[in-house]
Amino acid sequence: MKYVDEYRDGELAQGLAAAIAKEARPDRRYHFMEFCGGHTHAISRYGVTDLLPANVRMIHGPGCPVCVLPIGRVDQAIRLALKHNVILCTYGDCLRVPASDGLSLLKAKARGADIRMVYSSADALKLAQENPEQQVVFFAIGFETTTPPTAVAIKQAKAMGLKNFSVLCCHVLTPSAISNILESPEVRKLGTVPLDGFIGPAHVSTIIGSRPYEFFAEEYRKPVVIAGFEPLDVMQAIRMLVRQVNEGRAEVENEFSRAVSREGNLKAQNLVAEVFELRRAFEWRGLHTVPYSALRIRGGFAEFDAEQRFGEDYVSVPDHKACECGAILRGVKRPQDCKLFGTVCTPENPVGSCMVSSEGACAAHYTYGRFRELPA
Amino acid sequence: MKQNYIRPLDLKRGRVDMSHGSGGRAMAQLIDELFAPLLGNDYLAQGNDGSVMPLPDGPGRLVMATDAHVVSPLFFPGGDIGCLSVHGTINDVAVMGAKPLYLSASFILEEGFALADLKRIVESMAAAAREAGVPVVTGDTKVVEQGKGDGVFISTTGVGWLPAGIELSGNRAAAGDAILVSGPIGDHGMAIMSQRESLAFESPIVSDTAALHGLVADLLASGVQVKVLRDPTRGGLGTTLNEIARQSGVGMMLQEARIPVQPAVAAACEFLGLDPLYCACEGRLIAIVAGADKDKALAALQAHPQGTGAAIVGSVHEDPHHFVQMTTGFGGKRIVDWLTGEQLPRIC
Repeated sequence: MKYVDEYRDGELAQGLAAAIAKEARPDRRYHFMEFCGGHTHAISRYGVTDLLPANVRMIHGPGCPVCVLPIGRVDQAIRLALKHNVILCTYGDCLRVPASDGLSLLKAKARGADIRMVYSSADALKLAQENPEQQVVFFAIGFETTTPPTAVAIKQAKAMGLKNFSVLCCHVLTPSAISNILESPEVRKLGTVPLDGFIGPAHVSTIIGSRPYEFFAEEYRKPVVIAGFEPLDVMQAIRMLVRQVNEGRAEVENEFSRAVSREGNLKAQNLVAEVFELRRAFEWRGLHTVPYSALRIRGGFAEFDAEQRFGEDYVSVPDHKACECGAILRGVKRPQDCKLFGTVCTPENPVGSCMVSSEGACAAHYTYGRFRELPA
Repeated sequence: MKQNYIRPLDLKRGRVDMSHGSGGRAMAQLIDELFAPLLGNDYLAQGNDGSVMPLPDGPGRLVMATDAHVVSPLFFPGGDIGCLSVHGTINDVAVMGAKPLYLSASFILEEGFALADLKRIVESMAAAAREAGVPVVTGDTKVVEQGKGDGVFISTTGVGWLPAGIELSGNRAAAGDAILVSGPIGDHGMAIMSQRESLAFESPIVSDTAALHGLVADLLASGVQVKVLRDPTRGGLGTTLNEIARQSGVGMMLQEARIPVQPAVAAACEFLGLDPLYCACEGRLIAIVAGADKDKALAALQAHPQGTGAAIVGSVHEDPHHFVQMTTGFGGKRIVDWLTGEQLPRIC
């Protein structure tokens, strides 16, 4: 497959692996966090860790949209579908996220809720046009990548005067999550999470550009290398991070220059600013309530805000007591450190959200890498 | 004896109604004017509740397999639910090493379903059965109210003859065996996916639906020590190998670079975020053979028109965890796990 296979080439990978092994100093350890679930998935799926020297360790970050969604948000979506009988549309990954009362959107569907999997916000808008007698709610999740399409759908709905379309907006912001991790006591004071640098998001950065990360590099002295989601991108970014650490630099570098600029996609940014505004606070799974870390629909588009239209407020629900998703999302623990991992929590019966999406740290490790801990 | 009906069945504009399943004259007419002439054979012509068929001479045992088909859409590039329901069951019989002999077919029709579409489906079924040399010897028709079905569901059962001396089973894979596939994987799953209304994209992908008993017969006749045969339908190659690994209590190691995938299928999977390892095939064979025979097995598969794309994709080893692992084309290792949830709904 042209323009894909080139980024998965085994021979180039061996060359990069050798270069990393040569440049990594044997007298120190390197800990890099890949923020995005897309990177976590690529690392696990292609077996990238097998190509890294033992003293270079990757820590999975919180950049998996489904993983950071708190139970209360899924409950809210389920209430809309079951109580208000709306057609609830969402991305496929969301369907199996465990909610309260042993439910998930998929299980709510089996109880009669009309839940539809869509590939884009445009599909949800189309459903609203095709079912004028029914309320259609788009359960909008994701980081900056999925936000502009939601903004477009809302603007189109307004232009068409649609009365049966609304959005349950759970869009969150990457920079706030990174700040939260860097400010967390584990990283700042206790040093339990040694963090030498970040692999910066691929798709998110196509929208927001590389500039927002400059603050982290300067303020926290952490190198950031923005990388694409292909395995060679990841390897190259690791090499660039190793170099920055060795040279004592903390800069924002862009490995993904084929798609990311410093300014990002201004048109998309303007669209988002037109339709959304900052929420004062938003609860994340694992990171708790993070100030100014998510978006809500602006007053001018209030009629398309499902929370307002149906009066369904957010109710916070605590996570399962033994579930370590929170610590795993902050990089404090690894999936295999959780007592539930692979015992009561599996992709078939997920307890925590990290076991649901293929981008989740637990699901990626369970599906692709769990042979590593077991004696042969 | 030819029945006289007041008007012939309107196979152009007519639709299935509840009376077609009532057991009365309308049902008899549907059978006489649609099913019987298309599927026609001496067994069906007896018109009894069941059929009486002879078995081959010599020592052997019966093999029986059944499969319900609920694919959506009913017509897809490369086939339809009719031929699929014949191929699917023949293949389940064939991978036991048996020669498929007879099929049964039962139809659950939805009220309002176009008779013209039903005719197309039964024609395709008849052609597939004829080509395979396996007659449909008995059948049944039921009709459900509109909204209680999805056009047509077809359940088929196959009976085959397993000559003495052939022992194939999912629990016979052992360390040292080689794993082969008969051609590129994932064609059927992606052919269906490309037709889904919500995802319309243009692609040249055609379902691989086919009856495999000829290919199986050639492989068995080649003198290769065959341990396990399977057709990787739902769940694809990845899940099927996990089933075998668990049944046999072994581990497997695949080489990603050797697994054949058509470029269009790989591209469509990439586009939709799917993995070809979990995309269904309806005309591919997985063969696990003694390691020493692997080249001979490959040659036997490749000599058959359905096996020109065959490849040796991995090997069997001892592993108490029964993991199916893979060396990625990138150079790392990973698990190829059971499919979680459903990758593609209603594909067969």
